[in-house]
Amino acid sequence: MLVGIMGALKMNIVSLARFQFAMTTIFHFFFVPFSIGTVFVVAIMESMYVHTGKPEYKKMTRFWGNVFLLSFAVGVVTGIIQEFQFGMNWSDYSRFMGDIFGAPLAFEALLSFFIESTFIGLWMFTWNKVGKKLHLFFIWMVAFGTVTSAVWILTANSFMQHPTGFAIRNGRAEMVNFGALLTNKQLMFEFGHVILGAILTGATIITGLAAFQLLKKRTLSDVNKTIYHKTIRLGLTLMLIFSLGSIGMGDMQMQYLVHEQPMKFAATEALYKTTGERAPWTMIGFANIKTHEVKGKIEIPGMLSILSYHKPTGAVKGMEEVNVEMEKKYGTHIDGHKMNYYVPVNTLFWSFRFMAGFGALMALVSIVGLVMTRKKKQTLYNHRWCLWVLGLMTFTPFIANTCGWLITELGRAPWTVYGLFTIAQSVSPNVSVASLLTSNIVYFCLFTGLAIILIGLIVRFLHNDPEELAMQGQASDKETDPFAKGAF
Amino acid sequence: MSFLQILWFILIGVLFSGFFFLDGFDYGVGMAVKTLGHNEKERSQIIQTIGPVWDGNEVWLITAGGAMFASFPYWYASLFSGYYLILLLILVGLIIRGVSFEFRAQSPEPRKPFWDNAMAIGSFIAPFFLGVMFISMIKGMPLDAHGDMTAHFFDYFNWFSIVGGIALTLLTYLHGLNYIALKTKGVISDRAQNYSKALYWVLYVGEVIFALLLLFQTDFLHVHPILTLLCLVLIVGFSVAGHVANFTNKQGYAFTFSGLTLVSLVALIFCGLFPRVMISSISSKYDLMIQSASSSNYTLIVMTIATVILVPCILAYTIWSYWIFRKRIEMPAIGEGY
Repeated sequence: MLVGIMGALKMNIVSLARFQFAMTTIFHFFFVPFSIGTVFVVAIMESMYVHTGKPEYKKMTRFWGNVFLLSFAVGVVTGIIQEFQFGMNWSDYSRFMGDIFGAPLAFEALLSFFIESTFIGLWMFTWNKVGKKLHLFFIWMVAFGTVTSAVWILTANSFMQHPTGFAIRNGRAEMVNFGALLTNKQLMFEFGHVILGAILTGATIITGLAAFQLLKKRTLSDVNKTIYHKTIRLGLTLMLIFSLGSIGMGDMQMQYLVHEQPMKFAATEALYKTTGERAPWTMIGFANIKTHEVKGKIEIPGMLSILSYHKPTGAVKGMEEVNVEMEKKYGTHIDGHKMNYYVPVNTLFWSFRFMAGFGALMALVSIVGLVMTRKKKQTLYNHRWCLWVLGLMTFTPFIANTCGWLITELGRAPWTVYGLFTIAQSVSPNVSVASLLTSNIVYFCLFTGLAIILIGLIVRFLHNDPEELAMQGQASDKETDPFAKGAF
Repeated sequence: MSFLQILWFILIGVLFSGFFFLDGFDYGVGMAVKTLGHNEKERSQIIQTIGPVWDGNEVWLITAGGAMFASFPYWYASLFSGYYLILLLILVGLIIRGVSFEFRAQSPEPRKPFWDNAMAIGSFIAPFFLGVMFISMIKGMPLDAHGDMTAHFFDYFNWFSIVGGIALTLLTYLHGLNYIALKTKGVISDRAQNYSKALYWVLYVGEVIFALLLLFQTDFLHVHPILTLLCLVLIVGFSVAGHVANFTNKQGYAFTFSGLTLVSLVALIFCGLFPRVMISSISSKYDLMIQSASSSNYTLIVMTIATVILVPCILAYTIWSYWIFRKRIEMPAIGEGY
């Protein structure tokens, strides 16, 4: 009886801790690709300014730079929670994995966070203080910081997906080969997909917001109009390059998953039974997790073989077979817990379709958009519905990014570190349900508040025009040297 | 205990010292926004003193946390899970303070006071609860054989930890005032200096009570009598030196000394803990030791190499950034940054 209640309670801690991880990570990851992507676009704009010397590029840089700064502020503060919660909610995970998992996090702080935060301060406050080229250097350093930060955090995540370079010693996983962490194949695909997706996110957001600006303001000065048009043109170009890039990289990642995490792969295709040589692809359908049937299927024959192996034949393992293999390999019980190697199939299946669908949509919109904004025939700006489509695209990368991480992280269940350590083993044993519930509620309220305020501030900021904003920046700083006053 | 383990124990102390020295004045400045500035213009001026640098300063905390995770995973796990609700409060403080810079700048005039409050409250919460955490930690917490803490309210909040929290908050406030005095010009600078002159007297009282409680509530004097007394003398000595510097109008020295007071406090905590990282109030055999709480030798080597390469670079560009922003701030520059 007591054991039963304890079991239920433990389960409760695990689910609350998982909910918190999902909530904080998803919210944090709204802003990570937002800021990585926008800083990249802004850095390109400033490069164009330095290269051509045209003032409109400076105005563009300053205008969109402000949107970047807003997203960065929320990204920074929600990131601290990420680092703290491994210790707070997942102390047994930290004990077991700290030797190998802590190092990338420490490197991220040492190499990336210091660069990011120092150079962002320099960039924000030195428009009138330093030369153009040095100022440009600052923003590229920020961009460099954000990209390397992604390398380190994804090194840590890739280890969880595909542990390498470790040995089990002293009751924990100890690092034996640091190089193996960095040459993890999982990391190559994950980093590529995430970083290309992040820049795509930034490009789509800036394009979309520029389209809204054109929609909102019926009368615009020629300068402002040119600025928005140039923004859209640049944004669409980047969207095209980076959507194709992330689709290609995603495709490679999926082919890697067929072998590496077959359960995750089979779940994204709602595949229970192993297929024949010509594997059909289920375009849509709903899986019944009890009977293992997939209802309302629309199938394309042979397509899954092509997607999985890039050739017309090749069988794909279904979840049932993978489950039997995993039970054989890892056992049916770990630490007295009955293991369930199935992952949330419908969530993975539909997340994949939303992610890939929006990715393809961004590519399509960028192609059509580029054709309609070409120098000879700029028809896009004359159709309000076209601007609406571009504007609404602003929201798509957020959905696609979230879906991507849902696949990656939920598809890892029941493991925190694949094949090595389970989610149930990872949680802090001494943290009470009440504490976890409190923190969940606090974070939820805090995030809701931050999101509302941030959206409000961005909308408010967009009432400005690049030209007005540039006017405000004319006042020069009035400062004097403290060392002149004999402070030392 | 190997050389690397001791080195990393010291390095964690150095990272926390860096954090308190740098982010310490950010908290002080944050609190001063409400207590020192009389109108929005003055408040902007105060905020501008840390505008370009606060974010980099806060990274010292993140680095200290990450380095603790990497080099002493058992310490990190026990400390962070044991101080769950206190860390939650600290996080809330850091979050509302962190967003308040950018949000205040982008808000319309009537909304700015809201963010002034957020900044001041967040800047108060963080040092106060960090003080409560570290001071209750050195008194000893109910740590079991697994290293898990299941503590009660009065383990966290007792006379000693509350005095510690207040003392640390006051110290960061003074440090912030000294920074403002150094970094601004005109009425704000003078006012900050006057506040600082007066508040040091309160700090002395706090330091004496804290020192007495430390001698009775911890085993520091018993374990490391010389180092403990030396650190206490340094804390008081640097406080007096900072106070004197304020009276002689040497603002640079005043700021340096208040920073060193904070560093001495971190030194006191780390010296007293050695060779432990956390003290169990249940039994000394449950104490978490440097030797058993650390990462493997290989990980420590990797971490050391990275640190040796990166920290000089970090210090170099941090100092460069302070050099670029070395000038005193007179009036809020419009349209630039915050």
